[in-house]
Amino acid sequence: MMTKGKSYYLIPYYLWIALFVIAPVLLVVYYSLFDLEGKLTLNNYVNFFTPVYMRMMLNSFWYAFLITVFSLLVAYPAAYLLTRTKHKQLWLLLIILPTWINLLLKTYAFIGIFGTFGPVNNFFDLVGLGEQQILFTGFSFVFVSVYIFIPFMILPIFSALDEMNLSLVDAARDLGASGWTTFRRVVFPLTISGVRSGCMAVFIPALSLFMITRLIAGNRVITLGTAIEQHFLVTQDWGMGSTVAVFLIAIMALFMILTGGSRKGVRG
Amino acid sequence: MKNKRRVKNQNGIANIYLVLVFLVLYAPIFYLMYYSFNSGGTMHKFEGFTLDYYREVVADTRLMIIVINTLVIALLSSTIATIIAVIGALAIHHVRSRRAKNTLLSLNNVLIVSPDVIIGASFLILFTIVGIKLGFTSVLLSHVAFSIPIAVIMILPHLQDMSPTLTDAARDLGATRRDVLTKVILPIIKPGIFSGFFMALTYSLDDFAVTFFVTGNGYSTLSVEIYSRARQGVSLSINALSTLIFLFTILLVIGYYYLNQRKSRTPVQIAEPVAEAGVPR
Repeated sequence: MMTKGKSYYLIPYYLWIALFVIAPVLLVVYYSLFDLEGKLTLNNYVNFFTPVYMRMMLNSFWYAFLITVFSLLVAYPAAYLLTRTKHKQLWLLLIILPTWINLLLKTYAFIGIFGTFGPVNNFFDLVGLGEQQILFTGFSFVFVSVYIFIPFMILPIFSALDEMNLSLVDAARDLGASGWTTFRRVVFPLTISGVRSGCMAVFIPALSLFMITRLIAGNRVITLGTAIEQHFLVTQDWGMGSTVAVFLIAIMALFMILTGGSRKGVRG
Repeated sequence: MKNKRRVKNQNGIANIYLVLVFLVLYAPIFYLMYYSFNSGGTMHKFEGFTLDYYREVVADTRLMIIVINTLVIALLSSTIATIIAVIGALAIHHVRSRRAKNTLLSLNNVLIVSPDVIIGASFLILFTIVGIKLGFTSVLLSHVAFSIPIAVIMILPHLQDMSPTLTDAARDLGATRRDVLTKVILPIIKPGIFSGFFMALTYSLDDFAVTFFVTGNGYSTLSVEIYSRARQGVSLSINALSTLIFLFTILLVIGYYYLNQRKSRTPVQIAEPVAEAGVPR
């Protein structure tokens, strides 16, 4: 009824889709076909399949995988226990609150915490482990990333658990299932959609983090995100940067298709 | 008896686990705040209480300009983004064909699921090609661009929960299309518009990666500034600044929840069908 007649008012939104959603993707693909001198070439793609970039890609995937797994391991029990607390909405809000604090500030805090004279090293000294190099290692990168992502993993799992029908759990217990069996056969399958959206919310950003690697991992860890930033802002090789971006977009699209089932559950 | 004790024990372990998660989540934030008062100048040895770093922050004109920049960009971009998002939500809502609707929704969500680096890099290419100078305009445009989809997502459920009989009734009673929009639809989706605006605001205030790509020399927002300062090492004025930001954030959140509660109470009395449909929180 509203679409009939004049719908000029819809123009700004469609303009936004054309200019800021479709055009940027096309531009990235277009730029990936040019080398540093502005010549049309497929060299960037050839370069991408050399060991340097392949290793970087594997590295990036490995770290993103680790970050996702550890976030899930911490977040699932936390989300489960949260649904069983009395004022669960309040507690959930307290979990979300840290996400509203700038990511860079939280990352910056870890420079102090993991530093040579920081509290973690003090603790190590006390226990007799001696001083360790924690900052500028893969470990610190994974730890800080997991720390940043935990709330984003807890949130979808919490809502999945919260919507679950508790009588199913009671039924399983009445039928003689042990706690572990109930979890494995009833609770976990019922909340798999939450787990899936949580993993999506963590895995894709984890592939492209560059500020945490720069601040915490001191260029020891190079991810796809670091490579794109490096090419665009430091070496000014937009063509190669775009090529890496094209692969990241492709991976993302593949991921969305593979986990497509869960997107239907999202409201709206 | 034995069983009961086990349950109690499990509760104990459960509580310890939750407390631990909360501790880890909040420890870095309080760690930052604690050392912002350290006269020693480092983040590891507390020597004495001082407010010097707060004075430094307040006296730093460059930083104050950056804070103002950040606020101006956030308020302006989220206002523009919310207006376009209302239009977008109406557009998606009024598309009849299921396939067209899904396509439109997917296009809407592209920027939500895209990694920040890609958004930043592709916008950088876009602005360079179109010839927009990097600085205020490019930052504003990109913040508007990435805030629109999330605001649409916040508004859309309210439109879908709206009973179509309301607009039909308004039309039957002789309301023009404009009246239907301003007197019926907009008031009903107002809570969605507010949450959309708030989300856009927090997105804009928080964003680093996209802004980092599209700021030229001489223009900076708070997160870009924090990044460049943090790369130079520990400086307790960042701690002082983060304490102030933390307090501001808490005020913002409390304000938002207060507003939201009042907003959700009033429509209940005015428009009963909406209340029954269950306005999503």
